[in-house]
Amino acid sequence: MNLSKKCLAMTSIVLGMSMMGALFAGCGSEEKSNEINIGANFEITGNVANYGGMALDGLKLAIKQANDAGGINGKKINLIVADNKSEASEAANAATKLISTDKVKVLVGPATTSNVLATTQIASDNKIPLIAPTGTSPKITVENGQVKPFIFRSCFIDPLQGDVMATFASKTLKAKTAAVFIDSSSDYSKSLGQVFKEKFEAAGGKVLIEEAFLQKDQDFKSTLTKIKAANADVIFVPAYYEEVGKIVKQARELGITVPMLGTDGWDDAKLVEIAGAASLDNTFFSTHYSAQDKEVQGFVEAFKAEYNKDANVFAALGYDAGKMLIDAIKRAGSDDPEKIRKALEETKDLQVATGTITIDKNHDPIKSAVILEMKNGEKILKEKITPKE
Amino acid sequence: MDFSSFSEQLIQQLINGVSLGSIYALIALGYTMVYGIIKLINFAHGDIYMVGAYIGFFATSMLHLPVLPALIISMVVTGLLGMLIERLAYRPLRHAPKVSVLITAIGVSLFLEYTSMFFVSPQPRTFPNVMESVTYHMGPFVVNSQQILILVITTILMVILTYIVQKTKIGKAMRAVSFDTETAQLMGIDANRVISITFGIGSALAAAGGVLVGVYYNSIDPLMGIMPGLKAFIAAVLGGIGIIPGAMAGGVILGVIESLVSGFLSSTFRDAAAFAILILVLLFKPSGLFGKNTREKV
Repeated sequence: MNLSKKCLAMTSIVLGMSMMGALFAGCGSEEKSNEINIGANFEITGNVANYGGMALDGLKLAIKQANDAGGINGKKINLIVADNKSEASEAANAATKLISTDKVKVLVGPATTSNVLATTQIASDNKIPLIAPTGTSPKITVENGQVKPFIFRSCFIDPLQGDVMATFASKTLKAKTAAVFIDSSSDYSKSLGQVFKEKFEAAGGKVLIEEAFLQKDQDFKSTLTKIKAANADVIFVPAYYEEVGKIVKQARELGITVPMLGTDGWDDAKLVEIAGAASLDNTFFSTHYSAQDKEVQGFVEAFKAEYNKDANVFAALGYDAGKMLIDAIKRAGSDDPEKIRKALEETKDLQVATGTITIDKNHDPIKSAVILEMKNGEKILKEKITPKE
Repeated sequence: MDFSSFSEQLIQQLINGVSLGSIYALIALGYTMVYGIIKLINFAHGDIYMVGAYIGFFATSMLHLPVLPALIISMVVTGLLGMLIERLAYRPLRHAPKVSVLITAIGVSLFLEYTSMFFVSPQPRTFPNVMESVTYHMGPFVVNSQQILILVITTILMVILTYIVQKTKIGKAMRAVSFDTETAQLMGIDANRVISITFGIGSALAAAGGVLVGVYYNSIDPLMGIMPGLKAFIAAVLGGIGIIPGAMAGGVILGVIESLVSGFLSSTFRDAAAFAILILVLLFKPSGLFGKNTREKV
């Protein structure tokens, strides 16, 4: 008896809540006809909040510029922001909420690969296009050889960076041998290490030693002592700045003087703070843009004027996602998600902050990468590499 | 690899291992002292080490203090925090089943991690350059001034601790409470006070470890205590939990083993080796290297 009463109470609470939910949903769907709702799903709090926050700022800037210029086809963009707390499950919740409650036509974000992967199925099921601004894993747009029709991105993919750095090591630095030191707790690092090895050996080089560490490790000296003994011409460390900073610092302390190479995970101001400017001399990494590049000055200055802080790579890529989106809606001439999807697919020679992009058949942009050299703690543009189609 | 380069690497790995191990030893001491006195594995201990590192960070970056005053401030404040935690979280459970206290310790650990994440943000902080790092080359071997600092401070703290435990009145009381709490109380020892002081000393040592790690590795974050906490626990078990010289030796041995495994086998086996040691010790000599096999009293 008691039990059934409890059941009844529970049922009525659940019913009541779902009715309220329906009521709110009803409110949300009441969209003004002169606005287009766009959903931004980003890491605003949690452990990668610095990535999500910057990407969102970049996106907001692109949308503000479009709205200030009179909107798109006479309509203003209304950006609805949801915080995914840097967690995959919350990212999925945020995507569902943006689609069902806020009736957004396009989703942008999240920033990190694992959080994006948690939301691609939801976007596909609801036939809402999604642009991943900074997720570099190939899995985001292509799974089991199948391109996901509604999923796009505005950054290049991981294998490109491994390729670029292997070419740089063998052609520019004339390295014959390399050591590869990866973060075995990260897919990003593992796949880059693998691509680098393949390409470097294809170019006639030899990887003498492959070692690994784990995220949050503090002490790398034992492994670095071993790497030092292998005596390779270059050391490739495709990982994130927090560990990379410590690795570079400890490597130099052990007297390792050879060039150290990395990828866009290095691109953060904290790197210099952790490693120290002197240790970083003779290191090179690939990334999406250089603030010294003339082409990106417009964006760098507009960002500084808007937020009174310096843009970074996440901000630039968030801005690019915004540009891609605005361009697609303009060409679609409608806010119908299917038409926007088709327009995104046809993106060609679009001018964005990090260069010009054309979307390829895998929904990845064809765009250039840059290699930066660290000198006295400053990032110097070393090479700009535009891939062939 | 020929013999001379092998022996060069071996000695360099020993140097790396001892400096890593002395940090483990500092943290392990707190584990072992607390276990020795109230038979509690204080899983929040790694996070106390993290708090110590942050206090050191604020002392050096905001108050612009040099290393030693920052170290002392951090030890004092963190010691008081350890006593406060004991008073609020563990003392009310003194007569509760052991598993309740253990779960509370895990709760305190999560509380410290996420509260600090809220206040200091999850992003890593970098220590200001409080001491110039000078690298000494002795033939093919490399030692830097921070490694020497770690060794010197660890040794001094261990000497002070041994003096306190062996020669002072409070040390005698600690040993008495550890041996038999109830009898000690009957002899007029205020057990609660002694336990409180034990937490204070243990936490202060962990704080010293935290500050040294901050100075040496130059980066701290709110979750930095998890792995070193577990490693220090292994070190304490290896040396014989509850035995102070055991924790010191266990820490250094573990650090050296980790360095040798990363250096001569593979860096991916390093953590596996550490936890394998834990399992082997528990299987074959649960009382640890320095422990005596005591028969359980009925």
